[in-house]
Amino acid sequence: MAATPEATAPVRYRDGTAVVDLPAQIDSTAEHALNGAYATAADHGSKTVLLNFSGVEFLSSTGIALIVGILARARRDGRKITAAGLSDHYKEIFEITRLADFMTIFADENAALGGAR
Amino acid sequence: MISLTRTFRRAFGGRSDAPTAKTRAPSRARVLETPPIDIAANDPILAYFHAGSGAVAIDDLELDSPAVRALRSAGVKLVVPLISQGELIGLLNLGRRLSDQDYSTDDRRLLEKLAAQASPAVRVAQLVREQEAEVRARERMSQELRVAQLIQQQFLPKSVPNLPGWQVAAFYRAAAEVGGDFYDFIDLPDGRLGLIVGDVTGHGVPAALVMATTRSVLRSEAPRLVAPGAVLARVNDFLNDDIPQNMFVTCLYAVLDPADGSLVYANAGHDLPFVRRGDEVVELRATGMPLGAMPGMRYDEKQATLGPGDVIVLHSDGIAEAHDPDRQMFGFPRMRKLIGELGSGHELIDGLLDSLHAFTGPSWEQEDDITLVTLSRAAKGAETEHVLLEFEEPSAVGNERRIMDRVASSVREVGLDPKRFERLKTAVSEAAMNAIEHGNRMNVELPVHVRVTRSDTELIVRIVDNGGGRDIPEPETPDLEAKLEGLQKPRGWGLFLIKNMVDDMRVHTTNMHHSIELVMKLDGTKGANDGRDA
Repeated sequence: MAATPEATAPVRYRDGTAVVDLPAQIDSTAEHALNGAYATAADHGSKTVLLNFSGVEFLSSTGIALIVGILARARRDGRKITAAGLSDHYKEIFEITRLADFMTIFADENAALGGAR
Repeated sequence: MISLTRTFRRAFGGRSDAPTAKTRAPSRARVLETPPIDIAANDPILAYFHAGSGAVAIDDLELDSPAVRALRSAGVKLVVPLISQGELIGLLNLGRRLSDQDYSTDDRRLLEKLAAQASPAVRVAQLVREQEAEVRARERMSQELRVAQLIQQQFLPKSVPNLPGWQVAAFYRAAAEVGGDFYDFIDLPDGRLGLIVGDVTGHGVPAALVMATTRSVLRSEAPRLVAPGAVLARVNDFLNDDIPQNMFVTCLYAVLDPADGSLVYANAGHDLPFVRRGDEVVELRATGMPLGAMPGMRYDEKQATLGPGDVIVLHSDGIAEAHDPDRQMFGFPRMRKLIGELGSGHELIDGLLDSLHAFTGPSWEQEDDITLVTLSRAAKGAETEHVLLEFEEPSAVGNERRIMDRVASSVREVGLDPKRFERLKTAVSEAAMNAIEHGNRMNVELPVHVRVTRSDTELIVRIVDNGGGRDIPEPETPDLEAKLEGLQKPRGWGLFLIKNMVDDMRVHTTNMHHSIELVMKLDGTKGANDGRDA
């Protein structure tokens, strides 16, 4: 299962928030897409970047490292990262890894945008 | 060296018939197109060239030399040796001067200077050509090896049989050249099981093809005939018609009745299996000629019984005939002693391989295929373990998901609650990725071995890679703050995640392998609602 090498993470903008629709598989194959999406959102000047996990089926430790990397950049840039649409299992992983301590997790995109406002 | 001279002429001779030379003196240009001249290694002219006295006028030489005669008849007047680092690498052969005058001292000096400058360049060109030829040869070889490996892998069992009350474990590793080892399990009528271990003489594609044929014939004859002696006799007759000359197959065939542990076996010249009963280790003796050696052979049939706690080890000569740096052989007595001391199943196999590696030393290049098949009968009152799935995947990135999916479908019947099921999946994919990336260093030739078993109290996923000799680090809680500050790399979550996803994580490192066991308790006392007590 050589996962889609051209994983994409399109960026949408809603109410001043950059919404990144994450690919189904967040591991080394998503590195380019994720870092690119953050750069796009940063260029756009968005203060908040919402990572939309609703389409994510698989998240590996490499994927966690990618998210940590983005979170580190966002902290340096004074930008806020939030997350939405995590499955129960990955929500648990965000708690175990304590990523949840550094990014607000919302049930879904609408809740996140409401909360971010 | 002489062939280098030829190479040189082929590579550079063409330059001498440049258009000017051709148009102005076509007949002389042809002189330079004469075929390469072979110089025998003992030709006295070589001493002249080596002496470093520069250009040699061929007509002035008084030597009984075939090369000189050949040069003369080719119209060569002057030879300038090309010497690079003291080695003769080619000759600059010149015919008559256009003016028909002799070469002057100035001409010679110029030519010698040219030769001195051209030599290193010619040498480099020669080395590049040699290198290219070598690469091509190596590619052809490795292509052949891959074919042999592919055939062999195709015909080895993808999993071991699941027999309640028995533990079956198998190990196979090809030598660099790929020998003709094989093993097989055949389901027979009445719940009996056929066990086969064999070895084809020779290596590479021919051995792999004979192995595949032997296995197919065994598979087709075994269920019909059952009796091991009759099966081997039939396969022998069949192979005799088809097998290439000087090739034969040693093979041990045993039929086990798992219900009472009775074992009937026959042997076609293969290494004798060991049976451990309590503290004692015995060989199961049976004699017979190898398969394919001559027609009309008969094979003795012997019987044995494997009682509770007994272990049988079938093997090929790859272990016993391995050598240490002093050319001492590992030997059967050592194997026998170890079998008496070690556990059973994978523990026994790992123990044997570990001792082998300690014996041969780290620089050992595996001499022959290694095959080990063990069959252990559960001791009385022991908890029975069921194998739900056993398989291998090549160490390619992305296969961690394949492994995860395959394990997930095999454990579905166990009925873990969805939360714990997801945790196990994450742990499996992480452990598989570690095996692929760190253990096997993404070498697709190295498989990741996966075995899923369950007992009454535990579900165990065992993942084994070839990264032995280096300890797996203790899982530590990653310092997220430091990572976010950029003081640490963002990576390093794998082991921590695994540990938090499963009820128990057992890591074992031998000289050859890493194994990690991911344990989920099934008795409902631990982890049924949360599972992480960190």
